[in-house]
Amino acid sequence: MAIQFPIYMDNHATTPVDPRVLEAMLPYFTGKFGNAASRSHAYGWTAEEAVSKARETIAKLIGASNPKEIVFTSGATESDNLALKGVAEFYKEKGNHIITTVVEHKAILDTCKRLEKQGYEVTYLNVDKEGLVDPDDVRKAITDRTLLVSVMLANNEVGSVQPIGEIGKITREKGVLLHSDAVQGIGKVPFDVEKMNVDLASVTAHKMYGPKGVGCLYVRRSKPRVRLTAQMDGGGHEFGMRSGTLNVPGIVGFAKAAEIMLQESEAESKKLFALRERLRTRLMKELDEVKVNGSMDNRLPGNLNVSFSFVEGEALMMAIKDVAVSSGSACTSASLEPSYVLHAMGVGDDLAHSSIRFGIGRFNTEEEIDYVADLVIGKVKKLRDMSPLYEMFKEGIDLNSVQWAAH
Amino acid sequence: MAYSEKLIEHYENPKNVGALDKEDPEVGTGLVGAPACGDVMRLQIKVKDGIIEDAKFKTFGCGSAIASSSLATEWLKGKTVDEAETIKNSMIAEELNLPPVKIHCSVLAEDAIKSAIADFRSKQSARRTLASEPEAQGATPRAAE
Repeated sequence: MAIQFPIYMDNHATTPVDPRVLEAMLPYFTGKFGNAASRSHAYGWTAEEAVSKARETIAKLIGASNPKEIVFTSGATESDNLALKGVAEFYKEKGNHIITTVVEHKAILDTCKRLEKQGYEVTYLNVDKEGLVDPDDVRKAITDRTLLVSVMLANNEVGSVQPIGEIGKITREKGVLLHSDAVQGIGKVPFDVEKMNVDLASVTAHKMYGPKGVGCLYVRRSKPRVRLTAQMDGGGHEFGMRSGTLNVPGIVGFAKAAEIMLQESEAESKKLFALRERLRTRLMKELDEVKVNGSMDNRLPGNLNVSFSFVEGEALMMAIKDVAVSSGSACTSASLEPSYVLHAMGVGDDLAHSSIRFGIGRFNTEEEIDYVADLVIGKVKKLRDMSPLYEMFKEGIDLNSVQWAAH
Repeated sequence: MAYSEKLIEHYENPKNVGALDKEDPEVGTGLVGAPACGDVMRLQIKVKDGIIEDAKFKTFGCGSAIASSSLATEWLKGKTVDEAETIKNSMIAEELNLPPVKIHCSVLAEDAIKSAIADFRSKQSARRTLASEPEAQGATPRAAE
């Protein structure tokens, strides 16, 4: 099969819609366009039925026992906001403390910052050099004022998979709620809200081959029953937790994506792992000074985050413009600051500037992996020939001993 | 980010990549930037009879940094040392149409030029006084002041 350019290898950012998902959605734009809240006619009933079925499928995917625990939203950013702000507000008489980690997505971190401005206290747990949270740190951080612990299932940059099950045991024992932003891990690593004692979970469709603009928040209904204050006022949709006319085609697509994950995720994870390892072993065999960022044991199968020392990430991305990837380099962000996730893991700024994230997905092939490996190896060599740092390294100069003029 | 054609040309086919003998008294070397900041430039000039007859660079940095140093070496060649000193970062930024967040790349290129010239001049004055006061050059590399 001929390779299509540019090769998409940024599946942590978003995924293409699976053609089967699109097919399932299409009737809900035209013939079955009804408002799921219309109780008085068949258009409404048809839409409502599709939404109920979707709730069941998505509940099954995350191990939820009751489909009514699925609250549809516009995506994971909204779900994260609703979980944290909704719980903080509802339980404000009970406490004022939230525990999270320094490597969470901005949707969590910025929400926490806003809550701090409103008088809540937030503990940001550090991670180890593999990007992992120590469950013991969670235990130690819990006080009698703690309402909620929020830890992501898997990290979007380095793919580290957090010990949610172990954290869940602790939060359950201590009687505090556990929220997990599960966006990156769903369908790739095991996730079960019952087995892991998760009380709230954010999921989005567009990271699992569904459409953009739709996601859900899992909100536990029993043992314990989680309550939250709605953050948007309106018609009281979604059990009063999220007002707004339901995005029925999106929800149908989300459910179809979940159904495919239920059937195929096990085989797919194996395939992604094999592709990832094919890429990693070639890069590490044919180039020196390549460092993998993150954990090798607890990692998303399709994630490869590597630093090519002495080569700057954005320059490398320009050189491999036939491949869509992303970098932790400051030069790729508007803020001009290198990745806060790599920083939290103790990766030096120089290596953060040299990092590239490959996100391998459902539609990548072995041919693509081989093409990317060839291209990256060639371009890294070319850029190193141009790099004064690589020359100094080869001459045996310790770059840390050089007095650099920071600017 | 959308880059100008000139920038992409300099990035994809950079001119004057390489090294000159830094022990050569006619060669001035400038090493500016820091790995932690994501860019390091080494720019070298070889001066004969007051004219820059050759210029080479190696750069660790983004595409704009590489293009800025490539352009700088192009401009240096054939100029007198005094003329070279008049190259300003704004001229490089304008020529490559650098986006605002990349202006610092042109600043670094100007610093590299100044640093290479300063190194060349200090070598020349050291040579003039060499007979009376022999001086050993430090073995450790150092970034420009």
